[in-house]
Amino acid sequence: MLIPCPVCGMRDAGEYHYRGDATAERPPLAEEAAEPWVRYVYERQNPRGEHLEFWQHVHGCRQFLVVRRNTETHEVFEARLVGPFGQGE
Amino acid sequence: MAGFRLSSGGSRIDRSRPFTFTFDGSPVEAFAGDTIASALMASGRSIVARSFKYHRPRGIFSAGAEEPNALVTVGSGGEREPNVNAATRLAAPGLEVSGQNAWPSVDRDIGAVNQVFAPFFGAGFYYKTFIGPLRRSWMWYEPAIRRAAGMGSASLDPDPARYEKANVFADLLVVGAGPAGLAAALAAGRAGARVILAEAEPGPGGAIDLEEATIDGAPAAEWAAMASLELSEMANVRLMPRTHVWGYYDGGVLAALEDCGGEGETRCRHWRIEARQVILATGACERPIVFSGNDRPGVMLASAGLAYVRRYGTAPGGSIVLFCNNDEAWRQAALLAEAGVKIAAIVDPRTEVPGTLAGPIAAKGIDIILSHVVAAAKGARRVEAAVIAPVGEAARAAEAARIDRPAGEAEGESVPPASPGGVFEIAADTILVSGGHTPIINLASQAGGPPVWREEIAAFVPGEPRQDWIAAGAMTGAPTLEIAVNQGAEAGTLAANALGFNAVAKELAVQIQIQGLRTSIQDGGLLPLFEVEPVGEKPDKAFVDLQHDVTADDVRLAGREGFVEAEHLKRYTTLGMANDQGRTSAINGLAILAGERQMPIPAVGTTRFRPPLAPVPLGAIVGRERGHHMRPIRRSPLHHAHLEAGAEMMHAGLWLRPRVYAHKGEGLFAAYTREARHVRAKVGIADVSTLGKIEVAGPDAGTFLDRVYTNTFSTLPVGKARYGLMLREDGFVFDDGTAWRLAEDRYLVTTTTAKAAEVMMHMEFLLAAVWPELKTTLASVSDQYAGIAVAGPRSRALLARLVDGTPMDREAFPFMGVRQASIAGVPALIARLSFSGENAYEVYVGADCGPFLWSELLRQGADLEVAPYGLEAMGTLRIEKGHVAGPELNGRVSAHDLGLGKLLSKKKPFVGKPLALRPALSEEGRMELVGLLATDAAFRSGAHLVAGTEEAPGASEGHVTSVTYSPELRNHIGLAMLKGGRKRHGQTLFAADPIRGAHCRVEIVSPHFVDPQGERLDA
Ligand SMILES: [Zn+2]
Repeated sequence: MLIPCPVCGMRDAGEYHYRGDATAERPPLAEEAAEPWVRYVYERQNPRGEHLEFWQHVHGCRQFLVVRRNTETHEVFEARLVGPFGQGE
Repeated sequence: MAGFRLSSGGSRIDRSRPFTFTFDGSPVEAFAGDTIASALMASGRSIVARSFKYHRPRGIFSAGAEEPNALVTVGSGGEREPNVNAATRLAAPGLEVSGQNAWPSVDRDIGAVNQVFAPFFGAGFYYKTFIGPLRRSWMWYEPAIRRAAGMGSASLDPDPARYEKANVFADLLVVGAGPAGLAAALAAGRAGARVILAEAEPGPGGAIDLEEATIDGAPAAEWAAMASLELSEMANVRLMPRTHVWGYYDGGVLAALEDCGGEGETRCRHWRIEARQVILATGACERPIVFSGNDRPGVMLASAGLAYVRRYGTAPGGSIVLFCNNDEAWRQAALLAEAGVKIAAIVDPRTEVPGTLAGPIAAKGIDIILSHVVAAAKGARRVEAAVIAPVGEAARAAEAARIDRPAGEAEGESVPPASPGGVFEIAADTILVSGGHTPIINLASQAGGPPVWREEIAAFVPGEPRQDWIAAGAMTGAPTLEIAVNQGAEAGTLAANALGFNAVAKELAVQIQIQGLRTSIQDGGLLPLFEVEPVGEKPDKAFVDLQHDVTADDVRLAGREGFVEAEHLKRYTTLGMANDQGRTSAINGLAILAGERQMPIPAVGTTRFRPPLAPVPLGAIVGRERGHHMRPIRRSPLHHAHLEAGAEMMHAGLWLRPRVYAHKGEGLFAAYTREARHVRAKVGIADVSTLGKIEVAGPDAGTFLDRVYTNTFSTLPVGKARYGLMLREDGFVFDDGTAWRLAEDRYLVTTTTAKAAEVMMHMEFLLAAVWPELKTTLASVSDQYAGIAVAGPRSRALLARLVDGTPMDREAFPFMGVRQASIAGVPALIARLSFSGENAYEVYVGADCGPFLWSELLRQGADLEVAPYGLEAMGTLRIEKGHVAGPELNGRVSAHDLGLGKLLSKKKPFVGKPLALRPALSEEGRMELVGLLATDAAFRSGAHLVAGTEEAPGASEGHVTSVTYSPELRNHIGLAMLKGGRKRHGQTLFAADPIRGAHCRVEIVSPHFVDPQGERLDA
């Protein structure tokens, strides 16, 4: 599997570290109730097909990417930076 | 032994370079270029192996990767290589080759008595016999069965061979350098695409040398050589001969094995090929027809017979019967006869063949026997005769004749001698057989949809691609060279254009010498025939899978027993599961199962192919990552200083760290207890460079740390450090460490050695994905600093000698103070922290300066009796203080469990807070951190805490996490997690260790064994 890092270019998946579902809704920091955090931490989907995931380019630029990927065929459609640098386009 | 070497011919051998090798100890003559099989065949040897289950004698069956019989062991000692395909492995001078699955030799094999018990070895024999009441006896029988039924045995010595792994990238990978693959590579290569052409054989052309044709005016084999030469001269094309592509994985990743051909140090190389487009041109494999005794030495694929003649100048035998059901085999028969091979008869179940094919055969004086089949091979150690039986109209006519006339009355020369049912024999030492061709669709199946049945070739062709591949040539069922080569050219053009190149399709002109091959179902180029019904009483076995000894009756039995799906059939009978991957047996097995179930073959379906397509040595997957190359070893900047100081080094995670600095004659126990005592009495130095170190900078750095740690850091004054606890999102303890405020907007965070990378990723994630608005940056500086802990009552005195310009006295540099100072002339960060409970400092300098500082501390502190202490003593000191570390921070403990609940700030939000406050994480009866005192004998970590004696221990109430001998308490002490532990101080329990055989009485105490008030810290 190859992932196109917006900083480093096309790189092997072995350079990246998987960081889970990028669609899971993280409660705001100030949220004190346990329930939304339980949903965020434990109740993860494992969809077949197209999915958005966080991947970190740990053996490269160390940036976090949101990768759109097919979990069945492992086809990677696109990868963009998360955070301030990813908003530019 | 009469040999079969022809007086001339053999495109792959060099008759001017003869040599000998040995087979089961006997010398075998060979020429350079011979395979083990061709040399054995030329020498006239019939039996080269014994079969898997029945130990039946087996001969050479094919001339390629599909070989089911001729597996041999090559070499001896650590280099012994079992299950080598003799049909593809080149012979070499002095090579030691031995037969397998036989004792004492394949010629005289005692295990052949298995044939007597043959009725018991049917489908599912092992399952049926050793399941149920006899199940337990499997353990008893297994070794004997494994010895009797099996392949060669691997060496138990370490493999001295070197293996490599490598990656390669291409626009286009072409798998197979046969006619189609060459044409494809040429088309794409000429257009400028980066092409890899991988071919399992040493040379190009595939089976083109078995053709009698011209391509673009040149003889076919010459065309292949020219094409290969042109490709080798293109800078954008890489030829990979002796490279078998064996797996097609997601995302255009293919795995291949390169046989380095005995040259150089490396035995074979595992390739990971990434290609944007793939052309599969893996060809087809001739398949046999199943008949009684079809495994006798001398029964061989027809195309293999031609291959041995043309490539190695060796006839397959002295007198041959060719049994076939298709036009292609007739063409091959003509070529064989032309080469001077004696063919007695050609037997075909069809009622007619075109004159263009039959003419050349008849002209050579070969008997043409249509409407007949070979019903059996007779003979013991080799074929002695072919039993011929009529089919269809001929069978009915023969039956009528038998009734009309007395048996034995022959009439006319062209009609064979009559016998019951028209069955007769032809003396022959060899039966060449051709049941048609089976496309090798394994790679296509790995990366595609279900294979599609094609009636005109009676075989499956590749299904829908699920990745970017195009199939070309014989693997698509292409019946002629002309179609195959032009399919290849077209595929190459298509692939190149899909890659954005500008390739122009160019038709290749092919002239085939022997015309008249019919190519479609309508005109009958092939009469599907998979199995011949036996004739006579007590017929010999008829084998479908020669390598796994699966018979036609086994397949029918499996069908009757309900194993009616292809996938079930395969697993129950092991059909196709041997290392030839069913190349010659799969279609016949499916056809027989379909016949048993009375349904069409495609309705039975095929199995899905999985990697590997060909055997892959485990060594190739492992590559160079053996022994200590399994994973990297990290060494601290002070590594050589430790070695100089006589440290005993140990692996701790990836790190190599000093365990103890033992004096001469001192054991581990004496050394670490001395070192620990020394720190408490005088002063010691220890390497703490392995701690994770992260610089957190920016205007929001304090805010960020407030959110990451459970306690508050934004209020920490510049020049101070604070202990911090970090939770995971789920509220459990993640890591602990300290954060030092170096400036208003700059902190240095330390983590445990084990969690350094994880903490960094955790922080990076939060900043990137959760709080991108925070103006904070992170930098890992773990490798930039060397860290030395200076601990003990004399630590201040020692440092004061080296530090220049920074007041070191108790009030000026208080506990938890941080200073940027100069030490021995080196810029340093010094924090007054303690892990040991003594007054202590952590000194960080640039990694390169670490060894200098270490030696300066030892030199200038000599009169203070400074001494290094290692990992064991560090553990003793922290256990004595009740500080938690890796064994306690196991991912399942809450802050409450460790007695650190007070560190969870009530004033601010932080990561993990809402879930840490779930009542269950701080309820009564949780496992809590306690100290243990031995009251009789030493106990060990991992032991369980129980209430009862060894005889009646009772349930586990907790477990021991860390243990040491405390020189301070003169006793064995430990840390443990115990149910409701904090309220149980003073109780007595047992540390139960039944596996290692210990049951020690322990007293539950506070984990703070030494100086619980912390008075020494500020001494
Ligand atoms: Zn990158």
